[in-house]
Amino acid sequence: MPTKTYLQAINEALRQEMERDPDVFIMGEDVGPFGGCFGVTKGLYEQFGEKRVKDTPITESAIIGAATGAAAAGLRPVCEIMFVDFIGVALDQLFNQAAKMRYMFGGKAKIPMVLRTPQGAGIGAAAQHSQSLEAWFAHVPGLKVAMPATPYDAKGLLITAIRDDNPVVFLEHKLLYGLEGDVPDEPYTVPFGKAQVHREGTDVTIVATAKMLHTSLEAADVLAKDGMSAEVIDPRTLVPFDTDTIVESVKKTHGLVVVHEAVKHAGFGAEIAAQVAELAFDYLDGPIVRVAAPFTPVPFSPPLEQAYIPGVDDVVTAVKKIRA
Amino acid sequence: MSLTEDKLIQMYTTMVRIREFETKVEEFFAAGKIPGFVHLYIGEEAVATGTCAVLTDKDYITSTHRGHGHLIAKGGDLKRMMAELFGKKTGYCKGKGGSMHIADVDLGILGANGIVGGGGPIANGAALAAQYRGTDQVAVCFFGDGASNQGTTQEAMNLASAWKLPVVFVNENNGYGISCPTCKSMAVADIADRAAAYDMPGVVVDGNDVVAVYEAVAEAVDRARRGDGPSLIECKTYRWRGHFEGDACTYRDEAEVQSWMAKDPIKRLREKLLEQGILTEDKDREIRDAIARELEAAVAFAEESPLPAPEEVLEDVYA
Repeated sequence: MPTKTYLQAINEALRQEMERDPDVFIMGEDVGPFGGCFGVTKGLYEQFGEKRVKDTPITESAIIGAATGAAAAGLRPVCEIMFVDFIGVALDQLFNQAAKMRYMFGGKAKIPMVLRTPQGAGIGAAAQHSQSLEAWFAHVPGLKVAMPATPYDAKGLLITAIRDDNPVVFLEHKLLYGLEGDVPDEPYTVPFGKAQVHREGTDVTIVATAKMLHTSLEAADVLAKDGMSAEVIDPRTLVPFDTDTIVESVKKTHGLVVVHEAVKHAGFGAEIAAQVAELAFDYLDGPIVRVAAPFTPVPFSPPLEQAYIPGVDDVVTAVKKIRA
Repeated sequence: MSLTEDKLIQMYTTMVRIREFETKVEEFFAAGKIPGFVHLYIGEEAVATGTCAVLTDKDYITSTHRGHGHLIAKGGDLKRMMAELFGKKTGYCKGKGGSMHIADVDLGILGANGIVGGGGPIANGAALAAQYRGTDQVAVCFFGDGASNQGTTQEAMNLASAWKLPVVFVNENNGYGISCPTCKSMAVADIADRAAAYDMPGVVVDGNDVVAVYEAVAEAVDRARRGDGPSLIECKTYRWRGHFEGDACTYRDEAEVQSWMAKDPIKRLREKLLEQGILTEDKDREIRDAIARELEAAVAFAEESPLPAPEEVLEDVYA
């Protein structure tokens, strides 16, 4: 299978969906000849032209609103918000308009739009360019939320997102853009609401999203050396959420550690922990532990930023805490 | 531009239909039959009517919290509207939206909106779809004086202008954002002046003169259909009722209300049409009787329709 980066996988999904469906188009800040702030849309302007790869002014509300209205009128826009942190100035158009139109209108509208946006810390971009805000989106009925962790999933989930008839928030991790992995050349879909078990194990279940999947897989290697077998699961989408796969795993391992890069307080890990507590409490032989960022803005200076981002040691320590 | 007699009668009929509908809503709200909030359009009928008279079913509108008039003028069905206000399953939104969210996508009505300034970016999107497909559809964004100060509205005007989108921004300046008069919320006397910032035409019209509204909108729609981009039309008007039903209106005096009631857009058109012999007292009675019957049927439909079943709360979240 060909090897591609996470970024190339996203680019390929966009290109192939635009080739397949003339109603699919892209808009966002600097997505045109510049190729996107991180280079995700590189080459698409040259292939599809200005009509289908539209540079917008720096007006996030207008971008999301234009996508919402165009989707309501039957097109399939994919809009980019350059950093997830910028959603703050445009949230109304997403959570009060795009997310709710179908319900408010009694099921009479479809809003097939995708909002792509990178999140995550690790490049010294500080507090307004580094957050992980998936819990915000997952809290809004009407939105779907995808968080690919691998190049394969990035392509397959994005194709699913573009073909979905609902507004999908597609959260890319900016530190994964360079990650390489197997990605088929042909278009394919990865279903929403289906977690992937990346490593099977018997002693503890680790549920991890985005970049934390890789941190957790590394932690699983360390734990294996100490004779502990960790099962590592990536939910891949938070809405819809595959509760079953995680509950089944916990019934087998009797322990749960949830890992994400967003702050722990009121993070999506709390939702996962609560669901498991509700459905599989009797199978747990110890407390559920969350590994996540502290409740602070993302700091700038490298040692502070590294202290902020959960690491392999944090995951290993968390597992050992319940498996001591 | 000369309007045909039929068009004038049609616009008169629409204005009366809006007025009578709103009067019924006022009554039923007071009687406790309509839950939630209602924001009535009485006094502003000429704006929605004159604007939508220019449009076809294929054109789009985005409406506001004070949206009943826009929906009726764009061809909304009174039965389904009234049923929605009553929270009934047969309403436009199956009882899930209520007054502030009535929509009829098939008629190009992309929804009333509970968020002041929410509609502009969405109207742009609908216009973008028209431009993308090369159709001659236009999108009208109705918005109030309050919404004119929102960033979303300014962003929408800028993008529409930069991309030459076929949008007409129809501002309904009724003088108050809830209780706050425009003299306190903006430094400009005319919202239309802001069009200059986006290099688009900006005109002020008498929003209580349906013909003036029609003519201004017709010109803007022509421009939009030609591909020359958006326009801003400020319609100076007044709401006779409070911001919402139940508003004590302590922020304005009765003399002001009376002075605007004297400029009743329906009375004005009626007198003009009678004078020109386009309307007769008999014809007027006929129109009003027909509307009364239509409303009676709408109310009966709303009252007799079933409420939604509790389990329907889960439907229509996702497609």
